[in-house]
Amino acid sequence: MRTNGHSRSAAPADPARPALPAEEPAMCFDRATLAYGDRVVWSELSMTVPQGEFLAVLGPNGSGKTSLLRALLGLAPLASGSLDVLGGPPRRGNPDIGYVPQHAGFDRDVPFRGRDLVALGIDGHRWGFGRLSRADRARVESALEDVAAGPYADAPIGRLSGGEQQRLRIAQALVGNPKLLLCDEPLASLDMRYQQEITELIGGWSRDKGGTVVFVTHDVNPVLGYADRVVFVVNGRWAAGSTDDVLTSETMSGLYDAPVEVLRVRGRIVVVGEGSGAGFDIDEPHHFPEPTGVHHL
Amino acid sequence: MIADLAHLLGYEFAQNALMAGVLVAVVAGLVSRFVVARNMSFAVHALAEVGFTGSAGFILIGLSPVLGLLFGSLLTAVFIGALGLRIRERDAVVGVVMAFGLGLGVLFITLYPRYASEAFNILFGAITAVSHGDLILMVAMAAVTIVGLGIMYRPLTFATVDPVVAEARGVPVRLISILFLLLLATAVAEAVQVVGVLLILTLLITPGATAERLTAHPGLATVASVGVALVSTLGGILLALVTAVPVSFYVTTIAFVCYLSARFGLPAIERSRGVTGS
Repeated sequence: MRTNGHSRSAAPADPARPALPAEEPAMCFDRATLAYGDRVVWSELSMTVPQGEFLAVLGPNGSGKTSLLRALLGLAPLASGSLDVLGGPPRRGNPDIGYVPQHAGFDRDVPFRGRDLVALGIDGHRWGFGRLSRADRARVESALEDVAAGPYADAPIGRLSGGEQQRLRIAQALVGNPKLLLCDEPLASLDMRYQQEITELIGGWSRDKGGTVVFVTHDVNPVLGYADRVVFVVNGRWAAGSTDDVLTSETMSGLYDAPVEVLRVRGRIVVVGEGSGAGFDIDEPHHFPEPTGVHHL
Repeated sequence: MIADLAHLLGYEFAQNALMAGVLVAVVAGLVSRFVVARNMSFAVHALAEVGFTGSAGFILIGLSPVLGLLFGSLLTAVFIGALGLRIRERDAVVGVVMAFGLGLGVLFITLYPRYASEAFNILFGAITAVSHGDLILMVAMAAVTIVGLGIMYRPLTFATVDPVVAEARGVPVRLISILFLLLLATAVAEAVQVVGVLLILTLLITPGATAERLTAHPGLATVASVGVALVSTLGGILLALVTAVPVSFYVTTIAFVCYLSARFGLPAIERSRGVTGS
C-alpha cells in the first residue's frame, strides 16, 4: 500500500508522458467562463485543485456540472478566462485523463465482453486494427482484478448489472494509468450498496495512487468521506472550498439567492429550501429545492 | 445434379459468380456486425434503394449500372451524414432522402422504356450476370471497404459500443460516423450485385444479427458473421445454378435458417451468455 499521496509509480515511466512536478496543480481555473451561444453556463470560475485531491462537483441538473468535465476534456472551449489541466491547456484525447460516465446500460446483445471494454481504455482511440501486446493484456487483467471484475470479465457486458458495468468502466478509465480521473454522475441509478462500492473504488484509487479525481454528483452524501474540496454550481454562480465552507446555509442561500437551510443529520447533509419553487433553477424547476421542502444534496 | 453442377462450374459466368459471391460475403459479413450494433438497418435500405436510382440514371445516360449504383448510394451516404448525425434525427433524415431518391428512380425508369429487365436485376439481384469487368470493379470496391474498415476498426468499435467515453478519450465520433456511412454505401453497392436492392438486408443485417446470438467474443462474432454470409451466398449461388429459382431466394432462405438456428436451436450458448444480469 502506498502512502505517498503526490507521486505515482504504478507504471513504468513513459517518456511520452512525463510526470507532473508535485507542486504543479492538477487543474487551475482562472476567471473561466463557459457559454453555449448566449447562454452562460458558469462565469468567472476561479479554482485551483492540487494533485491528489478529490473534488466533488455539486449542483442541480442543468447547472453545468457536465460542462465542467467537457471543458477539462477539451470538448467545450471557454468563452473567456483560462484553464490549465495537468500543466497545459485542455486537449482532446489527453492520455493522462480517464473518464467514467453515468451508468447507461449497454445494448443487451452486443457481442462485447468486460475485458474488451477495458481493453478499449488502452487502444480504443488508436486507428487501425491491432492486437494487444502481452504486456497490455496483463494490464487489462490487473485492471480487472483491481475492481474485482474477474468473475464476469468474459460475460457479455449488456447482461451485467449496473454496478458491474460501472466497475468495468472504472477499470477501463484506470487501465491507461491516468493522473486525473473525471467521473460524471457515476453513481446515478445505482442502489446504495453499489454507490458505496463505486465511490470506494474511485476514492481508494486517489488515496493509494495519488491520482486527482473530479466527481460530479447531485448527492454529496456518498462522497462525504472522500471529498477534499467541493464546488457547487447553480444558475451561473458557483462556490468552491471545503465541504464545511461551501455547504452552509449562508453560502447556499447566497448561491440560490433565496433562503436555504443546510442541515447535518446523522452524518448526512440535507438541504432544505423554501418550497415556493419560484425563481430557482430554470432548467429543472422540480429538482431543487423540491416543493416538499427537503432535498438530499 | 452434381454432374450438372460440375459441368456448369466450367463456365466463366459460374466462376465469376462464385468469385463475386466470396467478395460480397466477406465484405457483408464484416460490415454487418457494425450495421447491427449501430442500428442502421433503415440506412442500409435507403442506401440500396437510392443506389437503384443511381443505376437507372447511369443506364439512361449510357454508363455502367454498377457505377451508377455506387454513385447513388455514396451520394445518399453524404446526404444522410450531412443532415442527420444525431440518432434522434437520423431515421427521419434517412426517410426524407430515400423518398426523394426513389421518386427520381421512377422518373428514370419512365424515361427509359427498355429498362424493365435491368431494373428487375438490380431489384432482385443477378449475380450470374456478373461480367469480368464488373468483377474487377467489385474487387476494387471490396478492397476499399475492407481496408477502410481495417483502418477505423478500433475507433469505430469504441464509438459504436461506448460513444460517450469514446468522445471523452478523443475519438472523432462525428468523423467516424460519416466515414462508416461511406464504407457502408460501398458495401451496399457490392452486396446489391448478389441479392438486389430489395433483399439487401439479408446480407447486411442477418449475418451480424446471427453472430450476436452465437458468441459474446467480438472477434469470434466477426468470424461467425462472415461465415454466415459466405454459407448463404455461396450456397445460394450453387443451388441457383442447378435449379430454375433465382439466387436471392436461396440466399435469403439460408440466411434466415442460420438466424433461426442461432436464435432457437442453440440454447446451450444462450445459457452461457446469461451470467448475472440485473
